[in-house]
Amino acid sequence: MNPKRARSAPQRARVTQTEADTWTLRLYVAGQTPKSMTAFVNLKQICEDHLAGRYRIEVIDLLENPQLAQGDQILAIPTLVRKLPVPMRKIIGDLSNTERVLIGLDLVSRKVGGDHATKETS
Amino acid sequence: MTPARAQLPKSPTGIVGLDEITGGGLPKGRPTLICGSAGCGKTLLAMEFLVRGATQFDEPGVFMAFEETTEELTQNVASLGFDLNDLAKHKKIVLDFVHIERSEIEETGEYDLEGLFIRLGHAIDSIHAKRVVLDTIEALFSGLPNPLILRAELRRLFRWLKEKGVTAIITGERGDEKLTRQGLEEYVSDCVIVLDHRITAQASTRRLRVVKYRGSIHGTNEYPFLIDESGISLLPITSLGLQHTTTNERISSGIPRLDGMLGGMGFYRGSSVLISGTAGTGKTSFAAHVVDAACRRGERVLYFAFEESANQIMRNMRSIGIDLQLWVQHDLLHFEATRPSFAGLEMHLTLMHKAINHFRPQVVVVDPLNSFVVADNVPEVKAMLMRLVDFLKQQQITGLFTSLTSGGDTIEQTDVAISSPIDTWLLLRSIELGGERNRGLYILKSRGMAHSNQIREFLLTDHGVELRDVYVGPSGVLTGSARLTQEAQEHAAQLLRQQEVDRKRLELQRKRTQLEAQISAMRTAFAEQEADLLQGIEQEQLRETLLLREREDMAQIRKADTPSDQPAGGPA
Repeated sequence: MNPKRARSAPQRARVTQTEADTWTLRLYVAGQTPKSMTAFVNLKQICEDHLAGRYRIEVIDLLENPQLAQGDQILAIPTLVRKLPVPMRKIIGDLSNTERVLIGLDLVSRKVGGDHATKETS
Repeated sequence: MTPARAQLPKSPTGIVGLDEITGGGLPKGRPTLICGSAGCGKTLLAMEFLVRGATQFDEPGVFMAFEETTEELTQNVASLGFDLNDLAKHKKIVLDFVHIERSEIEETGEYDLEGLFIRLGHAIDSIHAKRVVLDTIEALFSGLPNPLILRAELRRLFRWLKEKGVTAIITGERGDEKLTRQGLEEYVSDCVIVLDHRITAQASTRRLRVVKYRGSIHGTNEYPFLIDESGISLLPITSLGLQHTTTNERISSGIPRLDGMLGGMGFYRGSSVLISGTAGTGKTSFAAHVVDAACRRGERVLYFAFEESANQIMRNMRSIGIDLQLWVQHDLLHFEATRPSFAGLEMHLTLMHKAINHFRPQVVVVDPLNSFVVADNVPEVKAMLMRLVDFLKQQQITGLFTSLTSGGDTIEQTDVAISSPIDTWLLLRSIELGGERNRGLYILKSRGMAHSNQIREFLLTDHGVELRDVYVGPSGVLTGSARLTQEAQEHAAQLLRQQEVDRKRLELQRKRTQLEAQISAMRTAFAEQEADLLQGIEQEQLRETLLLREREDMAQIRKADTPSDQPAGGPA
C-alpha cells in the first residue's frame, strides 16, 4: 500500500520472525496500472478473509525503486512475495484467481480457509 | 526501428575473425541472436562481446544471466583473463543474475514482464550501457507459466531494446527443427549466428556461422573457432584467391647435393615442399636439415609434430649430427607437438593458424601430414592442406610437409590427393635390390626450376644426410652393396685400363728405340758410302785436272798456235 515502507521491510521481517503467525506480504507493482490496482484490491480482500489481524502488506513500486527488483528476483508484474512465514512464496499475476492465490500462499492446506476458498469472489 | 540499409552501423565485437566475417561487428543498436546446443560457447561469445566492448571500445555492458549466478560467471571467465569484479567496480559492466524457480511461482492471473524491463532498464541506465546480453532468455519459458503472455512480452522486450538503442545479444538453445527451442528467431530478425559443436571421427570442432545478417553482407560459410586462454578466436580460412606474391629468392635445403638437384639453389622461399616416403626412409631427417639450415640463416621455424614429441625428435636428430636443441634455446625453433586425434581437422588448422600468427616463423614444418588421414577423409585433409598452404603462401612462409606413404608401387597414387597444392615434391623410397633395402631419393616435381631427374641414393650418417653418386645398372640405380660392388668393379677395370695404357706406352717406347737404332745404323752405312763416293768423285776430279794440265803442257811444248777444241792428239 505504502511504497515508502519498503526500505525498512527486511529488518522488520526479522523482528517479526519471532512473533507468532504474522504474515509479511510484499506486492511488487510498476506504477498505478489497472493490473496493479486489481492485484492490490484482490490481495486485501483475501487477507481480510483469511488472515484478518495477522498480516502486513508492503507495496513496492519498482518505478520508484527499480533497484529493489533484483533482491526478490522480480520479473513479472504484479508479483506477490510471501516473506513470512518461510519458505518464501511467489505469486504472479493480478491475483484474480483466488483459489490459486490460496494455494500459492499455502492457505488452502489449512483447515481455516479450505471451504471458503472456492466461494470467494472479488 | 528504421533500417538504414545504405550503411548499417556496426558494433565491433573485438573477437578475432568475427568482425572480419561480419564486416565490422554486430548490428549496432539491434538485437542479435546467438543460438547453439549446450556447451558450444554461446555464453562465452556473449561475454567476450561485452568485456571487449567495455575494455576496448568504451561501451559498457549489462549481462543478464538466467542460468548462471554472477559468482559462477565471474569464475568461469576468470580463466580467460576477464576480471568481471574489477570491471563491475569501475562501472563498466553490470552482472545481474535472474533466478527463476518454477516451483516457487504460482500464477494467479494476468501479468507482464515489466519487472524485467525495469531491472534491465535500471542496470542499463546505471552505467549508461551500450551493450546488453540476455543469457539465456529462454529460461523464462521454463520458469514462468503462460507462454502466450511470454511471447507477447518478449516481442515487446526486443522492441524496447531497439528503442533503447543498445546492441544486444540474446542467446538461445538450439531446437530440434527451429534454430532455437522457443523460436526466438521470430523476434530477433536482424542478425542470427549459429554456433555448432560437432564431432567427427571422435574429434570435436566448434563452428560458427552467420545465418542471417539483415542489411549487410557477411561470410556465409561455417568457420571453425577456438576457445582458449585468450578467448574466442575465429579464422576465416577459406581460400581467398590465388593472389599471393611470389619471390625468386631461393633457400637451401641444408643438403648441398640436394640443392644441386634443385637447380643448384634449393627451394623457393614461400613454396610448399612435400617429402613423402615409406616408413623409415628419413623424412624427419630431411626436415631436420631444412630446419637446421633455416635456423642457421637466423630464420624462425615452427615445427608441428604429430607423431613424436619434441624431445624425441631432438634426440633422434642428434644421432645424425643435427642439434635442434640449440635452436630451441635460441628461440628460433619452436615445437608444437600434439596428437592428431586431439582435435578435428578444422581445429588443428585453427590452432596452427594461431600458433603461426603468434610465433611468426619463416619456415613451418608439419610432420607428418597424413596422420590426419583416417579412413576416407582424404578430401578433407586435402582441403585443409590447401588452406594451410594458402595461408602460408600469403605470409611468404615456406611450408615443409612430410607424408608417410604405404609401401608398394602406389606411392605416387596415394599421395596424389594431397599433392596438388605442393610446389616441390621429394620422394624418398627404399630400394630393394640384391637382398637389401637402401634409401633412394628423387624429385617428383619442382615447379619453376630445372631439377634433376635422377634417383639418388642417400645415407643417413652421423653428420647428416649424404647423397651418393649415381650408379645405374641394368636393373636401375644401384644401391647399397650393389653400388659398392659396382664401385669396386669400376675401380678394377680402371686399374686394368691403366696397366694396358702403361704397357702400350712401354711398347711404343721400345719401338721408337728400335726404330732409332735402325735409323742410326742406316745413317752410319750411308755415311760410309757417302764418304767412299765423295772420295771417288774427288779422285776423278783430280785426275781430270791432271789430264787437262798435261794436255796444256803438251800443247805448249808443241807450240800449237791456237788452243784447239779438238781433242788433243788428233793432229799430232
